Amino acid sequence: MIDDATFWTLTLLLGIGTFLIRFSFLGFFGRRKLPDWFVLHLKYVGVGVLPAMVTPLVLWPQATGGETEPARIIAALVTFLVALRLSVTGALVAGMGTLYLTQALF
Amino acid sequence: MGGAIANACQAVAHRSISVVLQYTDQSSHEIRKVARMTRAAFWQGYRDCTPFVAVVIPFSLLFGVVARDAGLDILQVMTMSVLVIAGASQFTALALLQEHAPVYIALTAALAVNLRMALYSAALVPHVGHARLGVRALMAYLMVDQAYAVAVKTYEEKPGMSREEKVAYYFGVMALICPFWYGCTLLGALIGTAIPASLQLDFAAPVCFIAITAPLLRTLPHMLAAAVSVVCAILFAGFPAGLGLIAAALVAMLVGAQTELALRRRAARRASGGRA
Repeated sequence: MIDDATFWTLTLLLGIGTFLIRFSFLGFFGRRKLPDWFVLHLKYVGVGVLPAMVTPLVLWPQATGGETEPARIIAALVTFLVALRLSVTGALVAGMGTLYLTQALF
Repeated sequence: MGGAIANACQAVAHRSISVVLQYTDQSSHEIRKVARMTRAAFWQGYRDCTPFVAVVIPFSLLFGVVARDAGLDILQVMTMSVLVIAGASQFTALALLQEHAPVYIALTAALAVNLRMALYSAALVPHVGHARLGVRALMAYLMVDQAYAVAVKTYEEKPGMSREEKVAYYFGVMALICPFWYGCTLLGALIGTAIPASLQLDFAAPVCFIAITAPLLRTLPHMLAAAVSVVCAILFAGFPAGLGLIAAALVAMLVGAQTELALRRRAARRASGGRA
């Protein structure tokens, strides 16, 4: 059990902190012109952040207690290929579908 | 509920536009034209984000279930989801509190997981930084991975979009995601353990991130940066929660940008070499 005081302290501070992180550049530097070298790097924020978020979720999922499960790696690769070739919706369906299928088979 | 929030977001986007127009002395015809275009951009964003509802539903359901399992009441679950709207950090914080970690540890870890959004915030500046402070604050509140990825991809693909259209598009994207996030967290909290674990709802998160990453791999520097990001995430796996992610992202961004510069230099050399 999590006691009430602990929970509310965490939630309020996390709410405020997360908002400040999101507000940071957009809020404080919104109307300023960012230097060119900085903007050049910002083009790669998406491809820099998202794969690094995905990798541990696929390789060491909490659901298995951090054990690597081949079904999840296969499903992730299928999702990637379908997203690359077809569509986002197709990728979501294929990803979950492949996981269920491979888990059922092995 | 979805419709009401969509209308509210649209109203905010519209108000910011009419304020801009008041000071620019345009004819009512012009104003109507801009209003029509921003409305179209809003609904375009709304439509572009529909596929992601399919992952927001399982992910927010799962948070509701896990939070109730951890002993939170409905009010606590909903307050957390509404105040924070950042699933990954909410899971991190809860897991640590359940293991009786001190509050400041849980808080630091959860904030570290959210630190990536400072990068999203910066990446949005060139596109929507012109908006009024209140509008930017609302955009900041609504800033989630899907909103950033879908919006910036569209901005880069359609450089002809006006500033007003970009703002409207952003709110269109979130007008759909946000109500589903709130609603399904509540549903998950209410039905709780009725959802079987065999559904593997947690896997919806990586599946979603993969689906939004793949379309971003348009050029060689983008592909290289993504590959570096994966390798670094593995190398930095031992870092404290969230910090490995930021470190991997920064290295990947550096590699992406440097590759782009190198390609540009090579193209310039070839062009001048061809003339000589």
